Amino acid sequence: MAPTVALAGNPNSGKTTLFNELTGSRQHVGNYPGVTVEKKEGTYVRDGFRLHIVDLPGTYSLTAYSLEEVVARDFLVNQKPEVVINIVDASNLDRNLYLAVQFLEMGIPICIALNMMDVAKKRGISIDAKKLSSLLGVPVIPTVARSGRGKKELMESTVQIIHENYEMAPLKISYGADIDQALSEMENEIAAGNFLTDIYQAHWIALKYMENDEQILTLGKDVNPALAKKLEDAVRKVSHHLQSTLDTYPEAMIADQRYGYIKSILKQGVIHHKYDQNRLYSSDRIDKVLTNRFLGPLIMLAVIAGLYHFTFTYSEVPVSWLESFFKWLGSAVSVILPDGLLKSLIISGIIDGVGGVLGFVPLIMFMFLGIAILEDSGYLARVAFMLDRVFRMFGLHGSSVMAFIVSGGIAGGCAVPGVMATRTLKSPRERLATLLTLPFMNCGAKLPVFAMLITAFFSKYEAVIMFMITIGSWAGALLVAKLLRITVIKGAATPFVMELPPYRMPTFKGLAIHAWERTWQYIKKAGTVILGLSIVLWAMMTFPGLPDQKLQEYEKLKQTEMNRVPVAVIQQLEDAGENADLSNEAQSLKGRLQRIDAKAAEAGLRYSIAGRIGTALEGISRWAGFDWRTNIALIGGIAAKEVVVSTLGTAYSLGEVDLEEIGSLSETLAQDPNWSPLVALGLIIFTMFYSPCFVAVICISRESGSWKWGAFAMAFNTALAFGLAALSFQFGSAFGLLVK
Amino acid sequence: MRINMRDMHDNQAGTVASIKVSGELGRRIRDMGLVPGTEIKIQGRAPLYDPVALRVRGATLTLRNTEADYIEVEVE
Repeated sequence: MAPTVALAGNPNSGKTTLFNELTGSRQHVGNYPGVTVEKKEGTYVRDGFRLHIVDLPGTYSLTAYSLEEVVARDFLVNQKPEVVINIVDASNLDRNLYLAVQFLEMGIPICIALNMMDVAKKRGISIDAKKLSSLLGVPVIPTVARSGRGKKELMESTVQIIHENYEMAPLKISYGADIDQALSEMENEIAAGNFLTDIYQAHWIALKYMENDEQILTLGKDVNPALAKKLEDAVRKVSHHLQSTLDTYPEAMIADQRYGYIKSILKQGVIHHKYDQNRLYSSDRIDKVLTNRFLGPLIMLAVIAGLYHFTFTYSEVPVSWLESFFKWLGSAVSVILPDGLLKSLIISGIIDGVGGVLGFVPLIMFMFLGIAILEDSGYLARVAFMLDRVFRMFGLHGSSVMAFIVSGGIAGGCAVPGVMATRTLKSPRERLATLLTLPFMNCGAKLPVFAMLITAFFSKYEAVIMFMITIGSWAGALLVAKLLRITVIKGAATPFVMELPPYRMPTFKGLAIHAWERTWQYIKKAGTVILGLSIVLWAMMTFPGLPDQKLQEYEKLKQTEMNRVPVAVIQQLEDAGENADLSNEAQSLKGRLQRIDAKAAEAGLRYSIAGRIGTALEGISRWAGFDWRTNIALIGGIAAKEVVVSTLGTAYSLGEVDLEEIGSLSETLAQDPNWSPLVALGLIIFTMFYSPCFVAVICISRESGSWKWGAFAMAFNTALAFGLAALSFQFGSAFGLLVK
Repeated sequence: MRINMRDMHDNQAGTVASIKVSGELGRRIRDMGLVPGTEIKIQGRAPLYDPVALRVRGATLTLRNTEADYIEVEVE
């Protein structure tokens, strides 16, 4: 097996760029077992030498602060990579070395890639890599990941470490007399008791006890409770002493001394600053404009609108190609196969279902490309910075905004890329609250439902109603987020402390890889499950079919119609192509026959499992003013919201209703005695809030790491939507509002 | 003079004197390079005056005001 090399480093240190540079297309993305942190692996090949490269999540430290840190640490301990390449941002050296020091404390063989040397140089920082290397006792190779400079030397150095295969002694720095003494005593106890020493070095275990590291403390309690208690007592003693003498505690002291150690090294002529460290760089000058109190929000609006325009306009063309392809495929299959169940299954079940999933693909790709540009350039961090104050009030995070907007915060988005956009959020509770509320936004598939109902009942107030729908979704999402954050996902706000990385021009290679790998994951996972579910839904709306006797009745009706006209007319209708001109008589016969077919379809739908469920639900749904027809349409809408209008069409005997031609359905509803503006309002409210579509549910489950949350989104949202719709209907009925 | 980081005005510089918080937040603040003795400079605030952006060790960090409350800074 090829030796394993792990890439580690701070976020924004150019780690991913280096990874892409080293592995090229020989990489794949998965997840670390049991968590949603991405695991990127790849192969580096040179001169017949193969290395297995793992890109660890970007971290600032090796404490157990975030999931990323725990994952990175577990990987280092359990997989024992032969070498860790620590990518260090040369323009930000002292802070980046904080992580390097912790690797050295662990006794892991590392090789430092002193990256972004070009940026450092521009900022007037010169670094003596040789000197740094000799002081730290590990190789330090200057690199520029973007251009590939230093890549060869870095890998030579890495291979050399693997060949030499020497045991690294853990770095022991002084954390002050009190801690040092306690550490050495603890270390002896740990070594003598073989306490976790099969996994970690004794010095490191002692250090983690001193740092109060939850993961190690829990592990220790399981393995040897007596010794664990002894160690904890020792730490408590030091802690108490430090508190009373220096007003500090071990963890803070250790961090201080690490920075002290770094400072002492850098001071020995390693680094030289030509300018003042607080000098404004070009990036800061850009920030003066982009985060300006007045200009900032305006520019942000423009950027968001631009992203929207980019995604939904430019993906329109490929989306329509895919649509026509599936339409063509459907009609091609329909010509080949004889009428019957198999044909219906393949066309309505499989082709429409898979087409529904793949139809999103260009959209997702463009959206990811857009978000990758904003993320890689550093702008997304500024958006979070500017909006955090607002979103925090609702228990969310500044970074939540992008996910909401993508999902349809400006009407017409899509929750699926929105769910995936939450990956830029690093705070677990805020992320979950965002995931669960973003389906309230008005995605493009809900719009036809609104449009149809508005045309039928509120045609005079179109703009006002659309605006209220948008405001209503935002209000609903934010309030529900707040509700969730004080109930099921309660917990303190995750610290916002984060870095505003300097603006950088994204690399094309990075963007392409980024957008493609996420799109591919979507196709793989959503594609398989959706196929199964759409077959189930098709079966529900098809079985049981109408009994033969019923079918014959409709057949007889058609026969009667045909008997009324001369044979020549029937002949003309049968011979005519789809768009051929027909005589008036033939035209009218065609219309009558189609109406009978539509009636048969309505009866068939009502007779099917879905129809029976819809009818059975009438008892409850009456509270919101929905009859069985609406119920079926809404059930269908769980598969994909696009289905609502077309199913309503079938249920009202209009035959297949195209999304572009909703006029006839609007007219029918406007004249139907069971419908009123109040019923329409209830349906609008229900559609805004009820269960996300299958694809979104699957994505939510996957991104939250549990099917439980996907199921929660379906049940909770539907209950909420029904409650609101029923409330509005009952209130309106009681006061006679919005009736015909 | 020692003041709270929240009370610093834009472009004011100072040296971190103490960080009065432990646990997750304290750890995070230290991991990002804010320890006693670190020189900082307030770079600006978000449009709604919160969070605050500051220059630390040549990089820009952001903190919410409620988090800045735990940090005492020695200023001229």
